[in-house]
Amino acid sequence: MTGFLFENAWMIPALPLISILLIGLFATGSNARFAGIIGSVAIGTAFLLTCGLGLAYLSSAEAGASAVTWSIEWLRYQDHLVVSLGTLIDPISLLLLFVVTSVSLLVHVYSIGYMAGDEGYSRYFVFLSLFTFSMLGLVLAPNLLQMYVFWELVGVSSFLLIGFYYTLPEAIAASKKAFIVTRFADLFFLAGILVLGFFVHQWIVDAEWGGVTAAAVQSASAVQALDFATINSEPVLAHLKDQPGVLGLDLLTVAMLLVFIGAAGKSAMFPLHVWLPDAMAGPTPVSALIHAATMVVAGVYLVARLFPGFAASGDALDVVAAVGCITCLFSALIACTQTDIKRVLAFSTLSQIGYMMLALGVASAEHPAGLGAAMFHLFTHAFFKALLFLGAGSVIHAVHSNDVAEMGGLRKKMPLTHATFLIATIAIAGVPPLAGFFSKDEILGAALDGEHHLIFGVGLFVAALTAFYMFRVYILTFLGGHKSDGAAKAHESPPIMTIPLVVLGVMSVCGGWIAVSQFVLPGVELHAHLLVMGLSVAAAVVGIGSAFWLYGGQANRAQTMAESMGGIYRLVQNKFYIDEVYLFVTKMIFRFIAAPAAWFDRHVVDAVMNLSATVVRWVGARLNVLQTGQVQTYGIWMINGTILVLLFLWLVQR
Amino acid sequence: MSWLSLLILIPFATALAVVATPDSKWYVRRWVALFGTGVVLALSLVMSVSYMQAVLQRGGDASMLTISQMEFEQSVPWFKSMGIEYHVGVDGIAMAMIVLTAIIIFTGVLASWEVKERSREFYAFLLVLVTGVFGVFISVDLFLFFLFYEVAVLPMYLLIGVWGTGRKEYSAMKLTLMLMVGSALVLVGMLALYHAAGSQTFDLNKLAMVDYSRDLQQWVFPCVFVGFGVLGALFPFHTWSPDGHASAPTAVSMLHAGVLMKLGGYGVLRVAVYLMPEGAKQWALFFLVLTTINIVYGAYAAIRQTDLKYFTAYSSVSHCGFVLFGLCSLNLMGFKGAVIQMFSHGIMTGLFFGLIGMVYGRSKTRDLTKMGGLSKRIPWLATSFYIAGLASLGLPGLSGFVAESTVFLGGFFGNPWVDSTTMRICTLLATSSIVVTAVYVLRGLSRVFQGPMTKSEFSQMQDATIPEKLCTGILVATLAVVGMYPPVLIDLIEHAIVPIANRF
Repeated sequence: MTGFLFENAWMIPALPLISILLIGLFATGSNARFAGIIGSVAIGTAFLLTCGLGLAYLSSAEAGASAVTWSIEWLRYQDHLVVSLGTLIDPISLLLLFVVTSVSLLVHVYSIGYMAGDEGYSRYFVFLSLFTFSMLGLVLAPNLLQMYVFWELVGVSSFLLIGFYYTLPEAIAASKKAFIVTRFADLFFLAGILVLGFFVHQWIVDAEWGGVTAAAVQSASAVQALDFATINSEPVLAHLKDQPGVLGLDLLTVAMLLVFIGAAGKSAMFPLHVWLPDAMAGPTPVSALIHAATMVVAGVYLVARLFPGFAASGDALDVVAAVGCITCLFSALIACTQTDIKRVLAFSTLSQIGYMMLALGVASAEHPAGLGAAMFHLFTHAFFKALLFLGAGSVIHAVHSNDVAEMGGLRKKMPLTHATFLIATIAIAGVPPLAGFFSKDEILGAALDGEHHLIFGVGLFVAALTAFYMFRVYILTFLGGHKSDGAAKAHESPPIMTIPLVVLGVMSVCGGWIAVSQFVLPGVELHAHLLVMGLSVAAAVVGIGSAFWLYGGQANRAQTMAESMGGIYRLVQNKFYIDEVYLFVTKMIFRFIAAPAAWFDRHVVDAVMNLSATVVRWVGARLNVLQTGQVQTYGIWMINGTILVLLFLWLVQR
Repeated sequence: MSWLSLLILIPFATALAVVATPDSKWYVRRWVALFGTGVVLALSLVMSVSYMQAVLQRGGDASMLTISQMEFEQSVPWFKSMGIEYHVGVDGIAMAMIVLTAIIIFTGVLASWEVKERSREFYAFLLVLVTGVFGVFISVDLFLFFLFYEVAVLPMYLLIGVWGTGRKEYSAMKLTLMLMVGSALVLVGMLALYHAAGSQTFDLNKLAMVDYSRDLQQWVFPCVFVGFGVLGALFPFHTWSPDGHASAPTAVSMLHAGVLMKLGGYGVLRVAVYLMPEGAKQWALFFLVLTTINIVYGAYAAIRQTDLKYFTAYSSVSHCGFVLFGLCSLNLMGFKGAVIQMFSHGIMTGLFFGLIGMVYGRSKTRDLTKMGGLSKRIPWLATSFYIAGLASLGLPGLSGFVAESTVFLGGFFGNPWVDSTTMRICTLLATSSIVVTAVYVLRGLSRVFQGPMTKSEFSQMQDATIPEKLCTGILVATLAVVGMYPPVLIDLIEHAIVPIANRF
């Protein structure tokens, strides 16, 4: 892979970085209004570069080629552990680059309207650019440590954006929660890096000592333990697989599971999902970009990056499948009971990412179709979910409330928002020929092909649930009569906000027609399942139908049904009380570890030190009698002392 | 004369110049001090560049060395009969510490721009203190090293006792006594080595060529380690640190936490680990456990603090633990991480204490439960505070991550003298502190800067003045430069660490 664009792919993340500087220097105070334009132009250029890069890749490289096109030495730990910053170009990084730059561009443009007049306007665009920079750096990472570096940076930009309204207590709490929960997960990611760093390094050194040059992996002497190319190479995986780990697992499985916990934290998989619904306290465009389309799929991307490792381990991949499966079912159930429009979308995001994880989990080295399906769903989901969030933002902007109980009847008042929201709803529900149908269908097909019948069943059920809860929100928001003054006075948002909606609407319709799986996995045969298609369409129809039956009519069918379920409904509505469990554990840590540590330090450790001082003082007071003031006495002691010292030296020297 | 001697002469001359200023013109002194420290800062930067050139010119294969290679050496006999010399010289580690010290003292003068009370004595003591610190870093002769070490520790008593706040006499006394006990241990150890080497020389590199008996190393190593460890906040000898920092005036806290505590780690590396590899091997496990406690326990204790200075002091206990932990790993990455952490923590904690002083000057309280919503009025200070906080929780892109990740890898790689499972468990425990740190940093900062404003007087606050902006700006920029492009620091120190690591 050669050519100007490949060797300068670093410019893509560099552009938003430059935009941070420009905004910081020129667009503060009275010039703040330029911040949005600077940010949008920078990311727009990055988007064009990405498109150029993609076209160059399609026309020049062989299908599926992968190469590090640019790199500089960054952090030298020791030989074979030299971390570089670089750009890895391959199908999945290109796919993610496209998703990130395009959605980010649309969100930037939309935010110019949405954030207009906010006192933190230029701060907002600085944070947004910081996020885009970090996410692009993450996507391009050719080694695990660069991934981790930008992983943390997206974490902190997410923290800053969730806490953007820094005077609101719930926003502050949500931002801290998001950061700390994901940090907790990142701890395991870091531990995974330590494990891989050590054992892969050991393998490289042994290979050199054994006369086997590391040529098995790469040609030159510059084999680095944390490069994806090294970790994913067969001899290394085989070596790791042979080593004993802990708890009876092999080392490869241990390492992959550690990394997966990190991925699960960022992607908000059960039981580390608790931060994502709260993260909706940030501005809505942020939710669209970070907490729906890009950052939260970083975990999926990480698993895809290390897919050879997960596949070689086998057990680790089963865990991915199980976690994905539980998350997608669990959050789809919760989504059916929430009334805050952004929370429904948040749980829906959880559920859809669970779907992607599930797809990865059903793939294997021999049948990697699930990997392609996961990437395909990541791609389509980014557009329709971003659209749903931006549409919700447009509604919230107009109604000044997040609660669907205060909306209703917005179909006529906000026609463009309504139309695009409806498209996205149909797309996520899996109705052909919109985007969601194709990617969801591929996932279900992969599950069936892999003989994962239980997972297939759950997937199908969740498909129906998805159609149900999304249409429930759609009906409550846009149909019927208005339920509050805000809804009555609502009017369409300005064009700067609706144009991005329309663009995303087009992508939500057409996104599924792009052969993403063939792009990601060239040469892998995909066969259409008429059975799967039929079943998934049926599931969508059932879901949509029951939503209209429960919420479309005048009768209080929904409420009656909720009441008839009693405790179960309340359990689901309260998100299975998982937040409460966390709260309890945190309190216990504060009460039984942190507080005692602080007390112990002041009242035990320090007290012992002070006690020794007191003892010295007491002894000193007793020894005062020796201070007679008589020179003769001092002289005698001096001579005695000298003799003792000489005696000691003489003894030691012997 | 070696350029290095200028590093002690200029601060000392500046101290004398400050003393000579007329009584009525207190504002002249700060300019004199700023000028003197500015020259030192420029000198230190020029010297590190020429050090790098010297290393490149020296060439040859340095990967097999076991003796530190000094540059800019100068040696003048002093007490010939005892082999004591005025012998100065630096390697990359010392060079990094010199740059750190120069940055901290320069910004420290900026942070004490408004000190009016007995400003003559204040600046003079501050400059004498920093003379001692520079002296330690340039000394190759152990006797000289110790002499400067004492020069650096003693003015602290007066600086806290006179210009401090709160229980200042108690804190100053406690700090001085504990550090003196540490010094006594160091002195005993040093004399033992001197004696065992034949009482001919205090030259560090000549002492390093001697094979000390296992028995000797077995008792001298812990003496020296604990002796310096007291200053490096080694558990359980760290208790002087919270009280001392809480009572000290801003610039003194900055200098103390930023530089003086680094003398502890530096001494452990230079004297204990470098001279006594056998002792280090025998004691590695013991001190590894202590420093793991340091890291984890300091972090948990920090969660409960409500006074900003205590909060930062416990955070320092935890972070200084990384320095000693890295040294106990007894491998290249551990040592490298420890030195990077010394530099990084020095800058970071200097920034923390500088900012605390600036916030305290405005809010008149350090109790974080009484503050809130300050970022609206003082965005510059709030942003700097957040950057310091993010550096301390190890955010990549700031220097803390470079240091901590190197220390973690060093710990995980371990060494042949400590059981690898124990080593890894300790490393993972130490690593877990990154979560605890995130908890206390975010809790603390959001209390102070976010949320609604808690007091009406806060709405009158003014953001940073120009000296304050310069002070915080330099420190933030240093954190960012090292964090974004680590080779600037790693290239400087790596050549100096290899010989020490090769001894193991």
